[in-house]
This record gives sequence, C-alpha cells and structure tokens, in this order.
Amino acid sequence: MKTPIVSKKIKAIHFGILPPATIRNMSAAKIVTPELYDKEGYPVDGGLMDTRLGVIDPGLVCKTDGLKLKDTLGHFGYIELARPVIHVKFVRQILDLLKSTCRACCRILIPDVNIKRYLALLSQVGEEEGFEARRQQIKGIVARYKVKDKCPHCDAKQEKIKIEKPYNFYEGETRLSSIELRARLEKIPAEDLFVFGFMEGFRPEWLVLTVLSIPPVTMRPSITLESGERSEDDLTHKLGDIVRINQRLFENINAGAPEVIIEDLWDLLQYHVATYFDNSIPQLPPARHRGGQVLKTLANRIGSKEGRIRHNLAGKRTDFSARTVISPDPLIELNEVGVPQSMAMTLTIPERITEWNKEFLRAFVENGSKIYPGANYILKPDGKRKTITSETKEEILLELEVGYIIERHLIDGDIALFNRQPSLHRMSMMCHKIKVLPGKTFRLNPAVCNPYNADFDGDEMNLHIPQTEEARAEAKILMLVETQIISPRYGLSVVGCIHDAITGNYLLTKELILSFPEAADLLFTCGADDLSRLPHKEKIDGKEVFSVLLPADFNFVGKDKGGNEVRIVNGQLKAGFMDKANLGQESGLMLRNIFEKYGPSFTADVLGKISKLGITVLARRGFSIGVGDMDLSKETKEEIRLVIDKAEEDALKLIDSFYAGELESLPGRTATETLEVRILEALNRARNKSGDIAMKQVRDSSALVMARSGARGNPLQIAQMTAIVGQQALRGKRIEKGYHERTLPYFKRKDVSPKARGFIRSNFKTGLLPHEFFFGAMTGRDALMDTALRTPKSGYLYRRLSNAMQDLKVEYDGTVRDASGKIVQFSYGEDGLDVSKTKNGTIDVKKIVEQVMEGIE
Amino acid sequence: MSKLSEDTMKEYEDRLPPALIQEIAASLPAGIAKDKLIKICDRVVETYQKARVNAGECVGLVSAESIGEPGTQMTLNTFHLAGVAEMNVTTGLPRIIEIFDARKEIKTPMMEIYLKSPHNQLEQVKKFATKIKETLLGDLVSEYALDIFNQCLAITFNSALLADYGLSTADLIKLMKTKLKGFVVENTAGSITLIQKGKPEEIKALYNLKEKIRLVKVRGLKGIKQVLPVKRDEEYIILTSGSNLKDVLDLAEVDGTRTFCNDVHETLAVLGVEAARSLIIREVFRVIEEQGLNIDIRHIMLVADIMCVSGLMKGITRYGVVSEKASVLARASFETPIKHIINAALEGEIDYLTSVVENVMINQPVPLGTGLPGLVTKMR
Repeated sequence: MKTPIVSKKIKAIHFGILPPATIRNMSAAKIVTPELYDKEGYPVDGGLMDTRLGVIDPGLVCKTDGLKLKDTLGHFGYIELARPVIHVKFVRQILDLLKSTCRACCRILIPDVNIKRYLALLSQVGEEEGFEARRQQIKGIVARYKVKDKCPHCDAKQEKIKIEKPYNFYEGETRLSSIELRARLEKIPAEDLFVFGFMEGFRPEWLVLTVLSIPPVTMRPSITLESGERSEDDLTHKLGDIVRINQRLFENINAGAPEVIIEDLWDLLQYHVATYFDNSIPQLPPARHRGGQVLKTLANRIGSKEGRIRHNLAGKRTDFSARTVISPDPLIELNEVGVPQSMAMTLTIPERITEWNKEFLRAFVENGSKIYPGANYILKPDGKRKTITSETKEEILLELEVGYIIERHLIDGDIALFNRQPSLHRMSMMCHKIKVLPGKTFRLNPAVCNPYNADFDGDEMNLHIPQTEEARAEAKILMLVETQIISPRYGLSVVGCIHDAITGNYLLTKELILSFPEAADLLFTCGADDLSRLPHKEKIDGKEVFSVLLPADFNFVGKDKGGNEVRIVNGQLKAGFMDKANLGQESGLMLRNIFEKYGPSFTADVLGKISKLGITVLARRGFSIGVGDMDLSKETKEEIRLVIDKAEEDALKLIDSFYAGELESLPGRTATETLEVRILEALNRARNKSGDIAMKQVRDSSALVMARSGARGNPLQIAQMTAIVGQQALRGKRIEKGYHERTLPYFKRKDVSPKARGFIRSNFKTGLLPHEFFFGAMTGRDALMDTALRTPKSGYLYRRLSNAMQDLKVEYDGTVRDASGKIVQFSYGEDGLDVSKTKNGTIDVKKIVEQVMEGIE
Repeated sequence: MSKLSEDTMKEYEDRLPPALIQEIAASLPAGIAKDKLIKICDRVVETYQKARVNAGECVGLVSAESIGEPGTQMTLNTFHLAGVAEMNVTTGLPRIIEIFDARKEIKTPMMEIYLKSPHNQLEQVKKFATKIKETLLGDLVSEYALDIFNQCLAITFNSALLADYGLSTADLIKLMKTKLKGFVVENTAGSITLIQKGKPEEIKALYNLKEKIRLVKVRGLKGIKQVLPVKRDEEYIILTSGSNLKDVLDLAEVDGTRTFCNDVHETLAVLGVEAARSLIIREVFRVIEEQGLNIDIRHIMLVADIMCVSGLMKGITRYGVVSEKASVLARASFETPIKHIINAALEGEIDYLTSVVENVMINQPVPLGTGLPGLVTKMR
C-alpha cells in the first residue's frame, strides 16, 4: 500500500448557477431518448443510462474516461428542453425581479439619481444581515416608487404582477408564459442587476431553464433485484418522465399541433421538471411511483436528518470498530478496556516491519490468523494485499522483509477509542489501553462509568482502533482516560470510586482494625507493592492501611460528607473518614488535589488502587443488606405512629377551623391558600420528625452505612422505607386532580384531609394502602412524563448550541474568535483560564498564601 | 494593606487578571514581608500560567457540551414564587431555552426592584409597591348595575380596597371625567352613576362602557401586574410580576444600580448590550444553580458573548447566531439546507472552509486544536 500523500487540498467551494452554455459544454452526452436499455440489457446511447455518463455495471467501461465501475466518477449530460421551464426553487427570485423592473424597458424601478445611494445601503444590509434581508430591503424601496405606477426611466405604465403558486405568473389578468418571462429577464441590464447583489456575471434568464443538466449515472445507480429485474433510482424515473414529455412536446411542435395540446404538454413538462427538483412543493401533488410511493427527488435527498448533508457528509462511518455489551471488572486498570479475544483476532493494527521488530512481528505471522496472537493480512511495499492462511503462511514467511506491513491482532497495551452513545461530552469518547480477556463482553473499570454515563444493565459500547501512528499518538496524548479525569464543565473530577469502593473505604477508615498480615495481604492484593510505610504493629488502624496508598508528601485538609474535618498530613490520614466527598465523582476534592500535585497517570494509578482496596475490604469483611435492615423496635414504631396521628389530627383541626372561618389568612394569600400552606407545614414537620426518629433508632445496618458514605441512597430514602413515605406532590401542590371535587371516588367530595390529598403515611416496608399506592403512581407517572418531554427539548437545545459554537477557538493571541476571525472574547472567560485546569473554576490563592507563609516549597 | 505591598502588587498588574490580584490582596496576612509577598505573587503567576487555555482549544464546543450535557437533568416545571398564585417564575430547561432563543415575549416577565436607603424599610416599601402596581378601575369595583330604562350604569366601589389604596371617590370621579368622554358622571349615595349623553337608544355603548371602565388605569406603571415586598438581607425589596424597566428606573426612590428585570430584550432596549449580556449570564447561572447543577460561569459567558457580539441580541437559532456564519455549508448543515444553498448560488458565495463542519464533510483536518498548526513548507 502506498502511503497516500495529500497532494491536492480543497481551498474553497464556489456556489453559483450554471449558465446554459456551460451546461452544454460540460456535458458528455445529449440525452434524447427515454429508453434505458436495449434488448440485450446494454445501456442505450443517448438514453439516461448512456455509458458516456459513467457506468454502474461490472464489465462495462465508461466511454468518456475509459474507466471501469468504481473508478469512474461519472459525467454530466443534458437535455435540450423544447420550451423554457421555470426552476421552481428560484420562483421567488423571479417574482422579485419582475416586480421591481419595468415591463417595457426592464430597468429597475428606481430613478437613476437614487440608485447609488441605495446601493450603499443595500450592500451594507447584505453584508450584515445576509441575502434574505437585502431582498426584503429592495422590496421596500421599490414599493415606495411603485406608488406612482410609472417607470421612472421610460414612463411606461406598470401592471401588477401576481404569482399563483407554485409557478404561474400573471400580469394583471393575463398569464405570462415562460418564454415571455425569460424575454423580460433577458432584457434587464447588468448594471441594474448589481443592485440585487447577485454574483458577478449572473444573468437572471438562467433561472428559466432551456437546458436541463442530467446528473451522472453513478449518483443514481439502479439496483438489481433477486429476480434479475432492474429497479431504477427515483431520479432516473423522474428524468425518464422529463425526457419522454420533452420528446412528445418536440414532436408536437414540429408537427404543428394545436396550441392547446402544446400548452398541456408544456405544463406537464413544467410539472415534471419542478418535481424533479423538489417533490414536496406544497401546492403540487407529489410525483409517485406506480405503487403510490412518493418519489425522492433532488431537494428531498439533501435536506432533513437522513439527507445527504446531515447523514452522509457531516456523519461518517468507520472501519475497524466493534460493539458489544459491557460488563464491570474492577480489577483492570482505570485506563484499560477488556476486549474479547475473538474481537482482538478480527480487529487489526497495521505495523511496518523494521530492522528492530522483525522477529517480534514474524511471530504473529507464524501464528497465522487462527491462533491468537496472530496476523490476518500482509501488505507488500508494492501495495498488494495478501491474506494469511495456513496455505499461504509458509510462502509469506519466506518473503517477509523490512518494509512489509503486517496487520496483526490486537495485543495488550494497544490503543483504542472507547465510546458510549449518546456522546454528550468529550468524556464520552476516551482512549483506553486494550487488555485482551476471555469472554464476549467489553470489560471496564466501574470507576469510569460516570463519564460515559454507563451502567451494566445491558448497555453496549463501541470500540475503535486507530490505524495510523499519528492517530494513535493523538489519542494517547489527548484522550487517554487519565487526561480526562478533570471535567472541563466544572473543574472537578468526573471519575471516582463508586458503590462498593466507597463503602469499603468508608468502613476501612472508620472502624476496621486489622492485624499486620491481614493489612499487608490486603494492600498487596490491591496492587500496592511498597509496604514500607505500613507500621509494624500488632493492630493496625484502617486509616493507616489506607494511608499506605497515599504519596508520602501529600497534605490535604478538607471535609467529609458529614462535615467533619479530613486531615492528611505527610501522606497519613490523621482524621476523618474517606467517603463520597473525597473519593467520589463530581466532588472528589482529595482526588482533585492529588491530580494537581502528581499529575494524571499517578492519579489514575492511586484511584485504581483505592478503588480495589475498597472492594477487597468489602469482600473480606462481608457486606450485605436485607429487609431486616429496616426493622424498627415496637416502641419506635409506636412513637412514629403517634407523631403522624398527631399531624393528621392537626391538619383536620386546621380544616375545621377553616370551615368555621376562624383560620387567619397569611399576608397576601387567600384563606384556601393559607389552609394548604398550613397543612403542608404540619405534614412535613411530622414527616421530618418521624424520619429523624427512625434514623436514630434504625439498626446500624448496611443500608445506613451506604447512605452515610454516599455510596448509594440517602437518609430520606431510608426514612421512606422504615418510617413514612410522605406527601406526594404534583406541581408543587398536594394532589388535587381527578374526579369532581375529589381525588378518587373512594373519598367524599371536598375532602381536603391529608389522606384524601396524597399523604402516604405508610412506609415501603409495611407496604402502601391502595389509595396511597395510587397517589405514588401519580407522581411517578408525572416524573416519567417530565423525562420523556425533556429529552428531545434538551437534545435540540444542545444541537443548536453546538452548531452555533463549534467554530469558536482560542487564537495564539489568547482571544476567542469564530471561523471568520471575528473576536468574540478578548480573553477566554475574561481571565483566560481553562476550567479543566482549575479547581472548580478558581485558582486556590489561599492555599498558595498558606504554603508560602509556612515555608512549604 | 500597606503601601509597600500595594506597590509590589502593582508590578503584577499586567501579568495577572484583576480578580486574582484582588484575591491575593484579600487573603494576605497583615504585615507581610516583601520577599514573601513577591514569592506569593510569583507562585500565583506560575499557577495562573499553567492553568491558561491552550491556543487552538475549541472552547465553543466545550461550552456547548458543558451546557448541553446536563440539560437532560433539568426539570421542566415552573415554580410559584413565595407561594403566591399569580407570581410564577419560569425556571429549569424552559427558561434556559427561552433565554438562548432570545425570545421577544417571555413567559413570566418579572422585576426585582431595589430602593435607595431611606425608602427600603417595610412601611415605605409597601407604600411604594402599591404605588407602582398597575391598578385598574375594574379592580376596585365591587358591583356594576346596568339600568337599561334610565340608560345609566351605576358602579359601586369596594370601600375597603379604596381605603387600602388611599383613594377617595372624588378622585375616581375626577379620573372618570377625564377618561370617559360622552358620559355624565354623578355621585349618588355610595355609588357612581354614569349617564349617557345624547343618543339614548344605544344600549350597546353602555355595555362597552363597562369593559372600558375595567381597563381605565387608576395609577401605577403599565405592565406591573403584581407586587410583593420581600425581605432580602437587611432591606426590603419588591418583586413584581410583569415588567416595565424604563418607567421603574425613572422613579426617584429606585436604586437603579441594582434593580433589574428578567426580560433580555427589554434590558437591551433600556440599558444596552452589555447589560443584556450580564443579564443572560446572571439568569442562566441562576437557573443552573437552582437545579443543583455545576457549570462553570465561563461557559455561560461564552454563549452570552456570541449572542451579543454584533451589538444586537441574536438567539441561538437558525435566524440568529447560526445565520451569521460565514460558511454556506456550516449553515446548510444546521437547518433548512436547501434555502441556504439556493441563496448561496444566487449570490455566488464562496466557502473558504474555515470552520469545522465543512472540513468534516470533505474529509480534511479541522482547524481546531492539533489541526490548527500548519506547515510552512509547501506541499507537493
């Protein structure tokens, strides 16, 4: 394979309208017959599948460039139209031109003296607000002169030009034929056209077609069905219609047919040409297949999400990629991805044989493609590709030389990009090092779940293997997991311990005391090889075990989740527990500090070890939860019952006093509103109180440990399970919808008691009463609805934002500019700081001051 | 801070952003030695330099991601302000969309009015609030009595409300006399009677009169529908639903430096682009904080800046910011591609492929990040 050298580069793309002469000149063939193939099935000369327009059949050769299928790009052809036809997409432009020019002399309806003045104004508008705005402006100006109904140049009286959509023009009551239109447009002088801001050399009569360009066969390939029948592309069908009608029109004109027939055919031709460009014009019935299916013509091919631009041009497909289910493996490194062996044998990396890796690569070829680690192909320096099979292996081994490229299987340490959709931020696609593992799923460290927003309930992910050295280098330096640890969104860690890893470390640093051998074994299991900092004592505190993983010169003062101080002095955890606040994702303050001081790879390493430590601790200690964790003593249950009973009574009293008219309104509210507020207050108080009672009394269980450490769940949820679920609310109010004056037929009308308005006094452990369950379901459904409605909205907002901002970049001078060089900010974010290099968007000045004052270097 | 340290700090002015210098000054211990101060400053400069953005960084996309990604976590609900039924505030995703769209009509316009020092105590604030609230005659009426035989409309006012507002019947009669031409206004016991002058046949005029009376403005500012005095820190401020920034700022008691309304276009018209830009940042940041999300303010600033660069307010829509782009293909890849291509053809536009999507389309490196530096050597 020759390394492709970029020798041509597209510098700019020029948009414009083709003049008829150019259409003829650039064409390879003139199309004259609607027939496609002759009896033998070969393309007819002068037909739409003419071989001069390119070929789509194997074996045929393009007559224009002599190339075969897949090599030839195809060539344009043309049809000479019997009568001119309007291009539907330019109807608005034609109308504007007709309206603003004189019907007799075809000059623009602005007096000569004023043209210059307006020209300046128009160019300014055109530049600042675009073509569309300029068009509006011209309309406005011409309308001002229109009042007089006379041409300022030749004094001819002006008629009103109307359009009957989609493409029929009327002057007064008479219809203007395309020939007349074209004649008028032809007469508009070039200097007047300048006012409209058209491209240089443009002639408006080109908007009325006399010649139709035919796209190459290669962009409208036919497909051969199983039955051997050919099925043509929609465009070919449409073009066939055009050619057929055009020929008929020609014949009729030549035969001197009556005007009516010619008019009819002309209209038909106009219809076909219009629908060829756009088959979804509001006023026209869309052209259909025989089966009734709507044809997809030019405009329909380009626009929309599935169109050429968004589907094929802005979105690409790749080779060397794989997709499968993901599963967790806490024992692999943070920046590794476990790849199934079968996948590793299909995906390959091309590696060139050099003096120094000859033997290494030879081993792959010797293994062949069936034995791992082997190789699937070799590429000779002359560009020829050879498959390695058991037959060809010997021969290939003999000829291997420096300069050959071997496409070898993936091995541990290779670079890969790993991605999970939706790719909402740059951490959704990171670079991992491959670790080939048995099994059929991708394995990833649970600590990187958060940036991908992945879980293991059946999620699938994609893997891409970069094929060039440049791509690999870029991926490794810019995209490796550890370089992405700090989020550019808020300057804190996005990876961190989750679930068991947090629980484990929490328990370890809080309450565990280990013997020396236990501690040593534990640390060694999680990858710590330097145990010199583990104190030689009989009983070792969990904090000391944890400290071994920290660097010896690390100092940190912070807070844990409960607000207690966490102090690390010289790599020794002196006070506080390790919980979510310091280990977790999206907070992880300790991690942030380690990252700042020791850099990315060290952090990834420490995080991996800490995570493993937590899991191992948990595995050895044992950790499990059950319904029993939610048990409360009889007395506590009774206490809670009393609290809630009291609250409900209070609420009923409030309601009574409301009906008695004794309830004093709060300032600025009506009596009913006041009642609502007061009831809610009473119920919430009761809920919080019973929750507190329950939290105090509930056994020191696993569920509680998880909630406290921040691994999973929160105290509120535990209270909901043990004590009381609480008030259900819709739109910030108690539930009030449903039947006439009541929420359920189960209640009396106008019942506003807590029970009838969505107060759930049961807890999840004892179970809910039917009406309580229903209220719970109501709020549950509301939440579901909210999510379902929000996703597309926020998706669209995101698409707009990214489209609007994608070309903003920081220039070498520190300014933020868009693609055209316009300055948007003089300094990014007003201070030029990169959020991902700061701590939550700030520079820690206090810490620096402290350090200097204490003389720490 | 001593004179000495001040002088030392001055030297760093061109090397550090002002906010950082202030922060250093604020966190310095008293009587710091000069060498230590220099050391601190040098270290801050070093950290600052390390934390600066790299050239070529695609900050736009990073900002878009930072705002777009947590969008899925925001709620859709609007909330009642302080529990008052009429005072809704749009928050969450709808509010963010509203701001980024640069909508002319926002769902819930509101203002926060701060008053100057002697006026910001509860009593005065309450009085001021009733003064600016748009009060219509209809709000004060307790009963209309249409007398067809006598061709007159008798209006009874709610005397309690009148007292609340400090208005007398005489004031209202005066007002009606100026506002309602063609009727004779008479004060009969407890009610006001309006008698039609001239053509007595038309009953319809009397019906219309009722509607007309309801809409007569007694006092207050147009658009201020509801007022709510609220204690904030040591002073009382007024929250309003409905906004009229221009007229409110004209009032002598109002502290114009802190008063604001949440309508971006209104702010733009009254106070200019810079104010509008700050408002966008402030409002978006407020919503995001309310939702408990963490997005750095720099990202929001950048969005606000592209909306305001032209000096006008452009929404993040196909008619706003996106239509400003230089590249045809970039515009076409967003929305309504056909329209953009057609116009480009007529105008003879040239796309110089300077931004991102165009280069993705034609398989060329994107001029961002590592794609930015080029070779000086000519390519073959």
